[in-house]
Amino acid sequence: MAETIDPVRADDAPLSTSKHHAAAIDAATQHYDTPEQGDPDQLIGRTVTINRPRAELYAFWRDFANLPSFMDNVERIDVLDDRRSHWTVKAPGGTHVEWTAAITDEAEGEFIAWASEEGASVPNSGRIDFRDAQGDRGTIVTATILYDPPAGLIGKVIAKMFQREPAIQARRDLRRFKQLMETGEVATGARNRREREERKN
Amino acid sequence: MRALTWHGKHDVRVDTVDDPEILNPRDAIIKITSTAICGSDLHLYDGYIPTMKSGDILGHEFMGEVVEVGAKSTLKKGQRVVVPFTISCGSCYHCGKHQYSACDNGLPADNQDIAQTLYGQPMAGLFGYSHMTGGYAGGQAEYVRVPFSDVGPIVVPDGVEDDKVLFLSDILPTGWMAAENAEIEPGDTVAVWGCGPVGLFAVQSAFLMGAARVIAIDHFPRRLELARRFGAETINFEETATYEALLEMTGGIGPDACIDAVGLEAHGFFVDNVVDQIKASLFLGTDRTHSIRQAILACRKGGRVSMPAVYGGFVDKFPLGAFMEKGLTLKTGQTHVQHYLPGLLNAIMEGKIDTTFLISHTLPLENAPDGYRMFHDKQNEVTKVVLKPGLERVELDI
Repeated sequence: MAETIDPVRADDAPLSTSKHHAAAIDAATQHYDTPEQGDPDQLIGRTVTINRPRAELYAFWRDFANLPSFMDNVERIDVLDDRRSHWTVKAPGGTHVEWTAAITDEAEGEFIAWASEEGASVPNSGRIDFRDAQGDRGTIVTATILYDPPAGLIGKVIAKMFQREPAIQARRDLRRFKQLMETGEVATGARNRREREERKN
Repeated sequence: MRALTWHGKHDVRVDTVDDPEILNPRDAIIKITSTAICGSDLHLYDGYIPTMKSGDILGHEFMGEVVEVGAKSTLKKGQRVVVPFTISCGSCYHCGKHQYSACDNGLPADNQDIAQTLYGQPMAGLFGYSHMTGGYAGGQAEYVRVPFSDVGPIVVPDGVEDDKVLFLSDILPTGWMAAENAEIEPGDTVAVWGCGPVGLFAVQSAFLMGAARVIAIDHFPRRLELARRFGAETINFEETATYEALLEMTGGIGPDACIDAVGLEAHGFFVDNVVDQIKASLFLGTDRTHSIRQAILACRKGGRVSMPAVYGGFVDKFPLGAFMEKGLTLKTGQTHVQHYLPGLLNAIMEGKIDTTFLISHTLPLENAPDGYRMFHDKQNEVTKVVLKPGLERVELDI
């Protein structure tokens, strides 16, 4: 069998770091589960190393009720059953978006893959992978997210203006996850509760 | 509470603001008993540092009494503590290696973006030093919220006056680390550019580490006099050709180790460096950005260059050829304050290091704006201003 050479796999680097966005997204949609509806045209990949054991990080993440403690934009997550959860997420202009996500595949301690179901206001899918880091550095956590932004590019620009752009959020959420797991708390520069609320908005 | 707040260029005021509160389990609230104005605060005062907001509380050299603790703080109410200027978590990989200023978690997630863009990776948080270092309120106030209080603050014994230990917060460990980075061997000659607080502490530290000679370089006579008091020989660069003098004073060899403590005040930012470059290119500048180049040229072959001085952005005309051909070693970085605190506190208690000589003025916190103006305008006479909260404002003739 002749090997198919993936055009974006010129090297060993992750797809999300490719300079060829469209080809990378095509390749990613073949490798990963995609949402029930929508046509993903955004690919986010972000990796962080966390100085904690892999099993502990996986277990914390797998309990979706824990996620709003470090995902600042997530208003609430209602766990519907073992595989399905309903997400309510802040969006630009004081609005919010919702979807129901279903786990499409998972391996204890290794990864969780999900995809949004029919009716999502932002169709999305992705994976969170947990791998042992080399040496005694803990665990390498990689989030890979495919999504279809509302109103295409304009939606993305507006979202970015309001700091709600999913790539920015994913980056910051992973940093907060690391802080919470490593230090037991999420760092804030605020002086008191009033200032902390002001800075969140 | 009362606090020194920033409102713009040369506009700092003592205002009444909301008190700090415990927000995280590892927090503590400290009632400030002494706080100093740092040379780097003058860059905020001069309006050089981006991401400042009106009303920000300044100050990153402070100490005081623990008045409130979070559930996971290891401090106890009533303890006296000195607080490091760097905010480090103690739990991440870098803190585990005692590289505290490279802490992964000291900066709030939202504030990490700018540092990541500028430096490739975010660094530790800092007190009272703009929003790109975390937007943490500083300690030129009656009270301050201290995150990760189980890792940073060091408890000082009762009966030791504030003036003896206050500088553990920043400038003493910075001067010590500068000397340590110079990898001094017994019998070495060490040259120190800049006799501000860090340079003067580097002079003391170099002798403690076995240097046979220290040559201190500055242009303020009073600061050179202080360096001489600790046994240094001096070069006044306004009167003397520095490179030529260094070679002649070292038998034509050059100093074994060179410490550049000149650019230090900037604490890692780029705007002032850009300004300096413009000044330098127009021949308006002093020798400031010149010091690292001069250090590299003067240093003996195979010697060491230590750079506590901060170069946040890009430096032009860096003598990379001389650096490579002579096989020099360069060590630098923001101070890993937490790593040095226990040893330096001991050195102070044993009388090996004196810090009180530095303080030229002690003022009520209410006079902080006067303190900034004096420190800014009279660098020869004003070597260090310490502020005390809780005292009435006094009329000063300055």
